[in-house]
Amino acid sequence: MGIKRRSFLKLLGVTGITLAIGDSARAATSDSENDVEFTGILYDSTRCVGCRTCEYECATAHKLPEPSEKIPPVRKTDETCNTVVNTFQTDKGEVFIKRQCMHCNEPACAAACLTKAMHKTKSGPVTWDGDKCMGCRYCMVSCPFDSPKFEYHSANPKIQKCDMCAERMKTEKSPACVFNCPNDALLYGKRRDLIREARRRIYEKPELYYDHIYGEHEAGGTGWLYLSPVPFEQLGMNTSLQQSSYPELTKGFLYSVPSVFVLVPTLLLGIHQATKNNHLNHEEEEDEK
Amino acid sequence: MRRKKMKNNTQTLTLPQGQTTWKFLLSEMKPKGKFLTPFNLISIPVMLLGLVLIVIRFWKGIGSITNLTQDTPWGLWIGFDVVTGVAFAGGAYVITFMVYILNLNKYHSIVRVTVLNGFLAYVFYAGALLLDLGRPWHVINPVIGNSFGTSSVLFLVAWHFLLYMLAELIEFSPAIAEWLGAKRARKILSGMTLAAVIFGITLSTLHQSGLGALFLMAKGKIHPLWYSEFIPIMFFVSSTFAGLSMVIFEGSISHRVFSDQISEKNHKAQHGIINGLTKICAGAMFAYFFLQLLVFIHEQHWALLGTGMGKWYLVEMLGFVLFPMVLFIISYRTFNIPLARIAAVLTMLGVILNRLNVSVIGFKWDMAIRYIPSWMEFIVTLAVIFTEIWIFRWVINRMPVLRDSPSWVNKEV
Repeated sequence: MGIKRRSFLKLLGVTGITLAIGDSARAATSDSENDVEFTGILYDSTRCVGCRTCEYECATAHKLPEPSEKIPPVRKTDETCNTVVNTFQTDKGEVFIKRQCMHCNEPACAAACLTKAMHKTKSGPVTWDGDKCMGCRYCMVSCPFDSPKFEYHSANPKIQKCDMCAERMKTEKSPACVFNCPNDALLYGKRRDLIREARRRIYEKPELYYDHIYGEHEAGGTGWLYLSPVPFEQLGMNTSLQQSSYPELTKGFLYSVPSVFVLVPTLLLGIHQATKNNHLNHEEEEDEK
Repeated sequence: MRRKKMKNNTQTLTLPQGQTTWKFLLSEMKPKGKFLTPFNLISIPVMLLGLVLIVIRFWKGIGSITNLTQDTPWGLWIGFDVVTGVAFAGGAYVITFMVYILNLNKYHSIVRVTVLNGFLAYVFYAGALLLDLGRPWHVINPVIGNSFGTSSVLFLVAWHFLLYMLAELIEFSPAIAEWLGAKRARKILSGMTLAAVIFGITLSTLHQSGLGALFLMAKGKIHPLWYSEFIPIMFFVSSTFAGLSMVIFEGSISHRVFSDQISEKNHKAQHGIINGLTKICAGAMFAYFFLQLLVFIHEQHWALLGTGMGKWYLVEMLGFVLFPMVLFIISYRTFNIPLARIAAVLTMLGVILNRLNVSVIGFKWDMAIRYIPSWMEFIVTLAVIFTEIWIFRWVINRMPVLRDSPSWVNKEV
């Protein structure tokens, strides 16, 4: 009987710890836009001339190989380039679109990361910390934009993606792509101001713009915001993303953890006590205890 | 970890025939039985080749031997080794639930072998996970330091793997103590069994479903026939019959291969045990099939059935869930043990299909270039499985797992 009481106390201890951990899980995902003001970048496709200066400057800033001159019109970012400018033929003629990590308000990659290597900083960028990352690639599985890229051919692989020049921002005022854009297609600032600016542009020239700011609500809102002359699906953008954030999808499961830890052991102990007499009826059968 | 435990135990006991601890352990290290068996002839080259491939993988990176891409970051090693392997290890928590919680003593004789199987599965699949990690030297980060990613499902799963291995080791430890003749240690360790079982079942509930919950954020990337918010429940329910089918399968092989270890009484009891398990399997599979059907109707997926993936879905659901379930029911009613074994194998294939469909086949199903595992990925997977079987055989041949406990155990009670 003494063992039983002891095991019960042990279980109480375990449930206590779990409840505590469960609480911190809640706190970790609550950094939504309502609590802090994130910075972001507004990309206006109508102003982009497809010169790819941003690609070159990005590569220089992140010490990545220089992009090649001859390229297919549509590419994806990979472990050697954090941003690409794609070209699409649309009913409004040739339209360019710059792609990179979107820096979600509530990033799936950061919620997925079990070491907090992927991290949404207070100011807005989603950054990667090589001292914490174990290379499980769960961020890649989770990201709705497929932004994180992995160095498969390295013995010490890194995750590569746009970090909004987090390192550069310590000394400069804007990220490399924004600073060097020759045609003001990129605008860096507080996310709320950028949305206001984007609305103003659509309002003033409704014939020029497709009436939607991509990134305002997609995946719960992203740091990068897009304006375009044509519907975004014509530019290879995923328009079937949910409006709420992706970490929201696992919240229900994670919240059930503390209650399972309280209820299941109690239930099991109860059933064990209730069926204990089965043992007494079959004394002759050998028994662990 | 297990080694340490052995050493601790040995300090509190008198060893058989007055041998010293080390001599005893060394003598036990030597292989027993014939060396040139067909299994050895197949497994040894595969394990050696696997070892070479693993060296290449750590030298040149994961891409050097796998076909993984930026679009499919998880392949065979996660989808089969980890996600499917853990489902098959589910037998341990179901059987311990039946024996220690429901006190169904009929199944007592298979507890140890099932727990051993489960424990080794976790050790090796967690080991296989290390091969897939790009930066495995940081694997300790979520356990120590300031890097608790508590909002991550993977964090939960990782911790549960660790704790569950510990729980299963405690559940199995009386067998190690009996092997070493450690009487006092055995008494203490078997006193911890119930607590370990309760803890273990709770952990299993959460991480079996947690493996499914991993894929919740991949909404839109997994084919809608396999993605729903109920993946965690599906994974949990299917882990029960996946585990029990494994118990039936493994038991049938063990009773042939290790027949010299098994007492007359347990040998006779085996058919009754299998028959009981078929009933539970059929029940769990019915619940699972019904759940899948509910989700299918609720999500209004009728139109998808005409597509290639839809037909594939029907193959899985009808051919590898409904069909083996019917076989289980027939085998239970007619006490047909060979049929139960066939049903168990079909069920296991169905679970492999399901886990791969969620994690690999249905993942980015609409991509132009699909991920197909390289032959080297298969070899490494096989090498991991063979190594596990080697260790399993080593333990079975030495510890009282299938055979009865030494006589001093019953005298003491």
